[in-house]
Amino acid sequence: MSQHFPAFIIVIPLIAAFFIFTAGWLKRTYCFYIAAVALAISLFSSFGLLLQVLQNKVVVYHFGGWSPPWGIAYRVDYLNGIVLVVSAAIAFLNLIATKKSVEKEFIERVGPFYALYVLFVTGTMGIVVTGDAFNLYVLLEIASLTGYALIGMGTEHAALASLNYVFMGTIGASFYLLGIGYLYIATGSLNMFDIASILPNIFQSNVVLFAFVICLTGLFIKMALFPMHTWLPNAYTYSPSPAISLIAPLTTKVMVYVMIRILLSVFTPSFSFKSMAVNTSFVWLAVIAIVVGSILALSQQSLKRMLSYVMIAEIGYMVGGFWLANRAGITGAILHIINDAAMTLCVFLVAGNILYRVPGDSFDNLKGLFRKMPFSMGAFVVGALSIIGVPPTCGFFSKWYLITGGIAAGHYGFVAALLFSSLVNVVLFFRIFEIGYFEPFGDLHISGSMDEEEKTFDDAPLGMLVPLMIVAAGLIALGIYTDTLVTKVIQFAIPGGIS
Amino acid sequence: MVDLLTIIISKYNYWGYIVLMMIGLYAMIVKKNLVKKIIGMSIFQTAIIFFYVSIGMKKNATIPIISHGHDGGEHAVHAVDFINPLPHVLMLTAIVVSVATLGVALALAIKVYQQYNSLEEDEIDSQIKVK
Repeated sequence: MSQHFPAFIIVIPLIAAFFIFTAGWLKRTYCFYIAAVALAISLFSSFGLLLQVLQNKVVVYHFGGWSPPWGIAYRVDYLNGIVLVVSAAIAFLNLIATKKSVEKEFIERVGPFYALYVLFVTGTMGIVVTGDAFNLYVLLEIASLTGYALIGMGTEHAALASLNYVFMGTIGASFYLLGIGYLYIATGSLNMFDIASILPNIFQSNVVLFAFVICLTGLFIKMALFPMHTWLPNAYTYSPSPAISLIAPLTTKVMVYVMIRILLSVFTPSFSFKSMAVNTSFVWLAVIAIVVGSILALSQQSLKRMLSYVMIAEIGYMVGGFWLANRAGITGAILHIINDAAMTLCVFLVAGNILYRVPGDSFDNLKGLFRKMPFSMGAFVVGALSIIGVPPTCGFFSKWYLITGGIAAGHYGFVAALLFSSLVNVVLFFRIFEIGYFEPFGDLHISGSMDEEEKTFDDAPLGMLVPLMIVAAGLIALGIYTDTLVTKVIQFAIPGGIS
Repeated sequence: MVDLLTIIISKYNYWGYIVLMMIGLYAMIVKKNLVKKIIGMSIFQTAIIFFYVSIGMKKNATIPIISHGHDGGEHAVHAVDFINPLPHVLMLTAIVVSVATLGVALALAIKVYQQYNSLEEDEIDSQIKVK
């Protein structure tokens, strides 16, 4: 049974999607429970896989019994083992946390929503677990298509934002496919590790160079690195809140994982870092992403839109940290994939809770929220402190590794950009604390009474609060156990030869 | 000049797909009508499908069924006699993906039209700004 874990991770949610869709016609309340069971199995399997990886180093699963390079092999090692567990946990926690708000927001469309939700998780988990470059493209498109549909279910300008995302996302995925095509011409293989064993003989080939460039361009579009970020803010702002707290933590972070996987396992560090000599340029690209993302975040007037720009800056952290090409930088990048996914989940869940009780998420609507929703806003403070990077929350530690890496690589521009972005985050989040805690100013002192509506305690229902509290506690736990995470898992994810 | 011509003529399949791809990209960037953009996206994806199909092709080779080979499959199989079926099989999946993308994009375009009563980006933008 346990040898089939890699298949369970994606097959169970895939089958569940069909049952959920049918259950949507018969009895809508079943949808949630089918999804919960499927994602619980997925989470259990990925946890089991991580434990196996910790014992036996690498788990390889041959789909349908066909051995690679002919068949599709799923391969789990230290790098994707940990990303798998984090993605599965996020998908499961978010499912539980958003039950009430899904019931409220999609009264008759609960069935399609959960079917898309589970399919999105299938695609995302598949991207992480697969060891086949073309299979990755297919799963990438499954995740993207369901993502477009989920975002398109939102209100206001959701359909238009989603359509723009379709255009950008398709260009990104197609570029990736084209790159894989050139790799196939050069090597005659699609299995990542088979390609990696053939490539060193033909590193000088222009075909490989073109494959490298075009793959990276596609992935940069998909992960919304600065000049290619234009699809992200609108799509994330107008999407329904239960969907965005799933999509925001997973999509871009998983794409960063794919970049790391392709560059470390397929092209190998000696090609990506040494022969190409593009490290510094990419770090500067990341620096621009961090600075511009932070500045744009400052000029926003609503919570979800501001968080979207913060995420664009965070993508810069990970891409920059990876291209520093030293051990500390890459450790920081991998650690930040995990931490940023958890932080993003936390703040977007709070945004969902706020929208559950308050009509909108513009800053005017946040007045007096600490009084009205103390628990949600408490979790928001933890998430915000983590994004700013205050110990003992997890954001501090990944930033610490990134800055150490930046100094070791002598790239002070990156260090400066990280510090600048942290300071901007302080301004961004303390502005929200101020609005939530102190506004409306002076009402208590001058008139002696507040608006009845604002005074009453009216937090989100318990079913939404408990998972949020778990996530918030998880941020601190991730911070405290950073050392274990790095020494037991992440340091083995980085191939030898990188100092 | 002769060199350039040789490059163009001997690698015509690559030039073909690049031209198609650029037509698609141009339509997606420049056109203001959303349906035209969707058509551009479709051309863009088809270009990549053409690319994959063309790289499986070999001169003087036949379809990859053993009994269609030069000696009717009597003797050992020579890979030279058969075109490479793998890229073609991959493209079956990619075609399904591009059909699904087209479907999602058109469904969203219908939703956009119902909402703004227009598919022209300029008109939609001006409506958004007025609000």
